Amino acid sequence: MEEQVIDIAVIGGGPAGLAAAIAAAEAGVKRIIIFDRQTELGGILNQCIHNGFGLRYFKEELTGPEYAARFIAQLAEYPQIEVKLETMVVELTSDRQIITTSRRDGWKIYQANAVILAMGCRERPRGAINIPGTRPAGVYTAGTMQRLMNIEGFRPGNRAVILGSGDIGLIMARRLTLEGIEVAAVLELLPYSCGLNRNVVQCLEDFNIPLYLSHTVVEVCGEGRVTGVKAAPVGPDRCPIMERSFMIDCDTLVLSVGLIPENELSREAGVQMESSTGGPRIDSGCRTSVPGIFACGNVAHVHDLVDDVSEESRIAGKAAAAYVLGAQQGSEPNRVKVEPGRNIRSVTPQEIVAGEPTVLYIRAAFPERDVIVAAGRHRSKHRIVTPGETVRIMLHPEDVDFSAGVLPVAIEGGVESNA
Amino acid sequence: MFLTETEMDVLIIGAGVVGGALARELSRYQLQVMLVEKEVDVAFGTSKANSGIVHSGIHDHPGTLKAKLCVKGNRLYPQLAEELDVLYKQNGTLVVARNEDEWKLLSELVNQGLQNGLTGVQVLGRDELRRLEPNLNPELIGGLLVPSGGIVVPFDLVYGLVENAITNGVQLAVGTEVQQIQWESSQFIVHTSRGMVKARYIVNAAGLGAAKVAGMIGDESFTIYARKGEEYLLDRKLEGYIKHTIFPLPTPESKGILVIPTVEGNIMLGPTAHRVGSFDELSTSAAGWDEIFRFTKGLVPGLQASDVITSFSGLRAAGNTGDFIIGPSEKNFHFIHVGGIDSPGLTAAPAIAQYVAELLEDAGLQLEHKRSFNPLRPLIRVRDLSLEDRNRLVVKRPAYANIVCRCEMVSEGEIRDAILRGATTLDGVKLRTRSGMGRCQGGFCSPTVMRILMEELKLKPEEVTKNGPGSSLLFGNLRNRPSQS
Repeated sequence: MEEQVIDIAVIGGGPAGLAAAIAAAEAGVKRIIIFDRQTELGGILNQCIHNGFGLRYFKEELTGPEYAARFIAQLAEYPQIEVKLETMVVELTSDRQIITTSRRDGWKIYQANAVILAMGCRERPRGAINIPGTRPAGVYTAGTMQRLMNIEGFRPGNRAVILGSGDIGLIMARRLTLEGIEVAAVLELLPYSCGLNRNVVQCLEDFNIPLYLSHTVVEVCGEGRVTGVKAAPVGPDRCPIMERSFMIDCDTLVLSVGLIPENELSREAGVQMESSTGGPRIDSGCRTSVPGIFACGNVAHVHDLVDDVSEESRIAGKAAAAYVLGAQQGSEPNRVKVEPGRNIRSVTPQEIVAGEPTVLYIRAAFPERDVIVAAGRHRSKHRIVTPGETVRIMLHPEDVDFSAGVLPVAIEGGVESNA
Repeated sequence: MFLTETEMDVLIIGAGVVGGALARELSRYQLQVMLVEKEVDVAFGTSKANSGIVHSGIHDHPGTLKAKLCVKGNRLYPQLAEELDVLYKQNGTLVVARNEDEWKLLSELVNQGLQNGLTGVQVLGRDELRRLEPNLNPELIGGLLVPSGGIVVPFDLVYGLVENAITNGVQLAVGTEVQQIQWESSQFIVHTSRGMVKARYIVNAAGLGAAKVAGMIGDESFTIYARKGEEYLLDRKLEGYIKHTIFPLPTPESKGILVIPTVEGNIMLGPTAHRVGSFDELSTSAAGWDEIFRFTKGLVPGLQASDVITSFSGLRAAGNTGDFIIGPSEKNFHFIHVGGIDSPGLTAAPAIAQYVAELLEDAGLQLEHKRSFNPLRPLIRVRDLSLEDRNRLVVKRPAYANIVCRCEMVSEGEIRDAILRGATTLDGVKLRTRSGMGRCQGGFCSPTVMRILMEELKLKPEEVTKNGPGSSLLFGNLRNRPSQS
C-alpha cells in the first residue's frame, strides 16, 4: 500500500492535540494532520458542559465546549493543519509509521517525521476494581454516564450511588441532581476526597449530597437492573468491615474510580513507560524515549485542569516542530533526571533539559498540612497537599544543578492530614 | 396461537451449545426442525459463561459417555471450527504436579488417557516444563502434555452452529419458554410462552431446566443441580504469557482451577466449583476471587490482580449420575434427554449431536441427507483481515472502516451485522462481536452500540436492554420525559 509522508501527526483532537498542533504550526511546520475518532474536535471537553475551565489560560470561566471552541476557531488561521475526523489510528510503529482507518478513506498508511501522542485517558471499569455481586444493567463509569446524558440526551437512571470522589464523580453528582436523578450517596474508599476541593464544595456540599469517606461498595445487587448496592466502611488497611455493611437502594451505580492514560499506541511504538503516572516517560520538551515521538496532556499524566494540558501541549508542539525543522543545537544539551523523594507519588516531566523553561507537576502520595515542596534549589510553602490535587511548580534555571545529574523532589516537614 | 402451522419433525428445547450443535447436525437432513430458547438470545445460559476449553478426554473415566463423547468431540473440532469460522486453537493441555504425591497421580492420568484412546501424551520433567512454559512456578516438579487439548470461544461456537443451522432451514424461536407438553395422536403438542408447536420428536437440551422439562411428560428419572463457577478475565496485554491451558491434578468435584489462555489473547483464571441452591445465582464473590487468585498464583506466580478486566460466573448443569444423561425417556421414546451436560459438555457437543441423531433414527426418525446442505458460516471479522482485504471490503461497505470498539477493534459494520445475525441486546452484540469485551469494558463503545440497536431495531431508549426484559439500560430521554408526580 502507498504511504503518505507528513511532517507531524497529532493523534487525538482534544485539548492536548489542538494546542500542540497550533503551537507546531506557529513554529513554521508545513504539513500537520490531527487524527480524531470522534465526529467533532474537542475530545472529552464536548461532554463537560459544566463551567470552571480556562480560569488560568484564558482568565475567564468557560464550559468545556466553549474552551474547546477557542482552539478550534484558531485552526482557521492555519491551513497547514488538516483535520481528519472519525478517523482512528490503529497502529503506530517506532519509526513513526501510522495506520489509520475511517469510513471515508478506508485504511491508510502515513509516514510522519514526528508524532505527538495526545490520546487522553480512559476510566477504570468495574472489573478493574473487582466489585463482587451480580452483573445487572445500570453500572456505568462516570464518563459514560456523562456521555449518555450530555451528548446523547438519555436518562440513564433514577436513583444513583456514586463510588469514588474523583472530579468526574463529583461533577456527575451535581449533574444528576440537576436533572432530577437522586444521588443517594457518594462513597470514597480513602479517608479524603480524590477530587479538587472546589468540586467537593460546589458539587456535593452545596447540594447536600452525603459523602461517605472510608467506605466502598462490597456488592452489586439486582438481576436485570441494579436494585441496590451493599456498602461498608473500610478499616485503615482499606479492607471492608463486613459486619458494618448496609444496603443502599438505587438503580444505578456510577463508578469514578480512577483514570488511566490511554497508551496502547505508545506501547506499540516501544515508548518507555513511567509506572507512577501510567504514561510515557517525558522530558521538559515532552519528548518520549523514542526519537520524534512526543506526548502531552492526559496521555502523559492525568491533569487536574485543562489549562495545564493546553500549556504543556504547546511545549510538545514547539519541541516537535524543532525536531522536524532540524533546529537542534550542535551539542547535546545537559539533562537531569527527576528523583522522587519523600511523599511523592509522581513527578512530571521525568527529565529536565537545560535551557527549557519547566513546569513540574507533583502529586503527593498522602495528604499533609504545612509542607515545604523542594525541587532542586526550589523551596515553596504549601498549606496543604493531597493526592487529589497536583502541586504545580515553575522551575527557574537557577533552581536546577545540571552538574548533579539528578533533581531531587520531595515534600517535607508536614503534618499528616485527613483533609 | 401457533408458533408455526407446520408440524415439526423435531423440536429441540434449549439453544445452548448442545441444542445448537444438534440443530446444525439435523439440518443436514430433510427434516423440519425447530429450536426454542427461553432466553432472549442464543447462548445466554450456561454456554456463555463456559471456560472455553476443548478437553482432550484425559480427565474422564474410561467407559463413560463423557469419555467417549469428549474424545470424539475433540476430534470433530478442527473441521467444525474451519467450516463455521469459529475462534478455535489447539494450544495443548498441561497437567502440572506440585509435589511427589501429585507426580505419582500423573501416571494414573496417563493410563486413563491411553484407555480413552489418546495419543501423543508426553510426561515432562521440571526442565522440559520450564522450557515449554517459562512463566510457570519453578517449583512445579513436572507435568503432562496432551497436545490435542484446545481452546474455543464458546458463545462464538454456539452462534456459528445456530446461524449455520438457520441457513440450512432450522427455525429458531428465542424468548420462548416451554410450559407444557402433551402427547396426542402420535405427536407432541408443546405449549410455550409464545404459542403452540407440534412435533413428532423432542430433544430436551434445556440445560439447568432439563429435569423440569422432563417432568412435563411425567419423567422424573434424573435431577439437575447447579454447580457455580466464577471466572476472572485478564487484560490482553498478557497474550503469550502462558500458551497452554494449565491444569492442576483433578479433584473428585472438578478438574480444578485453571489458567486458561483464550483464543483472543486474554488469560482467564477459574473456575471455582460450588454447588448452589438457585438456578439464577450468578454473582461473583470476594471469596471466589481469593480462592482463584491464591491457587493460580501458585501455578503462575507472575499473575497480578491489577490485570483483571472483568469477572463473571456460570452455572454448570450437573446431573445426579455423574455422567451425561443421554437417551430416550422411559415415558416416551420419541422424547430424548440430553441432560447433565457439565464438563466436558462443550467439547463433547458435536459428538453428542451425532449420537442423538443416531438415537432419533433408532426411535424411527428417517434421516435423509439434504443435497443443499451448506456447511459454511460466513462471517466478517475486520481485525483478522489484511489491510488490502479491508480496503476491498470498505469499497462495498464503508461502515467496516468505522471502528466503534477501540479496545477490541470492532467496526460499525460488524455491529450492524451482529444485529442482522440476531442480536437484540447489548450483550447479544458483545458476545457476537467482542465489542465491549476489552479493557475499557464498553466505556466508550456502549453508547454507540445502544444508538445502533435503536436505529436497526426501531427501539425507544427505554427498550434497549443489556440482556432482555428487566435489564433496561436507559429510562428514556432527559427532556420531554413523562411528567413527574
